[in-house]
Amino acid sequence: MIQPFEWQDSIFILRALRWTLGLSLAAFIGGGTIGLAVALMRSSGRTYYSVPALTYVILFQGTPLLIQLMLSFFGASMFGVDVSPWMAAALALSLNTGAFLGETWRGCIEAIPSGQRAAGIALGLHWRHRFVYIILPQALRIAIAPTVGILVQVVKNTSVASMIGLVEITRAGQIVTATTLEPFVVYLIVAGIYFALCWPLSLLSGKLEARSATSRATRRSAAPIGNYTAKPVSRTL
Amino acid sequence: MDYIFHFGDVFRYSGELIDGTLTTLRLALWAMVLGLTVATGNAMVRTLRIPVVDMTIAVYVEVIRNTPLLVQAYLIFFGLPALGIRMNSETAAVVALVLNVGAYSTEILRAGVEAVPSGQVEAGSALGLRPGLIFRKIILPQALKIVFPALGSQFIMILLATSLMSAISTPELTSITNSIQSQTFRSFEAYVVSAIIYLALTIFFFGVFEFVARNFLGSTLINRMEVR
Repeated sequence: MIQPFEWQDSIFILRALRWTLGLSLAAFIGGGTIGLAVALMRSSGRTYYSVPALTYVILFQGTPLLIQLMLSFFGASMFGVDVSPWMAAALALSLNTGAFLGETWRGCIEAIPSGQRAAGIALGLHWRHRFVYIILPQALRIAIAPTVGILVQVVKNTSVASMIGLVEITRAGQIVTATTLEPFVVYLIVAGIYFALCWPLSLLSGKLEARSATSRATRRSAAPIGNYTAKPVSRTL
Repeated sequence: MDYIFHFGDVFRYSGELIDGTLTTLRLALWAMVLGLTVATGNAMVRTLRIPVVDMTIAVYVEVIRNTPLLVQAYLIFFGLPALGIRMNSETAAVVALVLNVGAYSTEILRAGVEAVPSGQVEAGSALGLRPGLIFRKIILPQALKIVFPALGSQFIMILLATSLMSAISTPELTSITNSIQSQTFRSFEAYVVSAIIYLALTIFFFGVFEFVARNFLGSTLINRMEVR
């Protein structure tokens, strides 16, 4: 039955927003956990850690998210597990986000001057302490801006979950379109909601990036020290 | 797990899979070529420093970058006919992809243009070159060289994003895979095969971009996977 587009329809779309937000959060937490593991494995310098992590990144950055989603949706049923669209979407988005966060965070870890790590080794610190007390605090500062940028990507990616029937805002838009036959207005509203979610994050990311860029520049000019690797260390000392 | 794989059922549709792969490639190549054209046009117009135009470009970039490609495609394919603009699904897919990759490339190229030392432009005008010529012969080649790795990873992302065009029934690889799985009920096998094809395409494009970057530009794509 065709009905005109009314405010109830907007409410329906807005109610679906919780799934978009919930899925974004699940993907970000799951992806963050995987991403941390990937970043550590990739920057470990040990082949038996870095090669599996690199393979993971290539597989998930080299195939479309939609295919990953379909594989997790239909693949789980092969193991006899009946997954809901929500579970399948959370799994696929986490795995996908993990690959992107892992690569970004690896870059942040490797951006820390190697002298920092060397100093930690010289002090006899365990790698866990080196990471937590030396690498992490410095890497975290560079990582914030690109991580917020990836969060925007995650929010937008949740729209793909509409393809397996999860009623988040894109799917809600499709449902409303089917009854009101006003696709232009409906999808404009849906796009507007995504924009309202993502734009502040994009602005924040840009602002953080600009700030870290200026602070890096001033630090470089003020104190031209920091990389100790160039100095040869006498072994007989 | 007592599941027996039946890839044979999927391979009976290899003709369709090849057609789908070619459509995916066609979409991706159009998106790359026209997207870069949009970006270059925007970069050129930006050098004129007309506030209204600059503002329009900025709004275009921000709107596209902060909304999902899927919704953009729905708006173009399902929404625009309400305004009297009709196109078939493949044209709509190309339009959506070009608008999308155009916005990202515009932003990438903007950074590249800003990275060209201002002395280059001054040298150009000191030589008496017209602004159009300065852009074409001095700014653009250097900017493109600087941003090539970022553009390359963006192009690979749009290659993968073409799979979303199955939602507006463009007969590309994902769309073909969907219909194979609904005919054979070999869902997992069908999607594994298409995942492998996508991976092969990604590696191929990565190889081409890497080859160009290494041999002609002295840069590399590795470590440059951009945030979308």
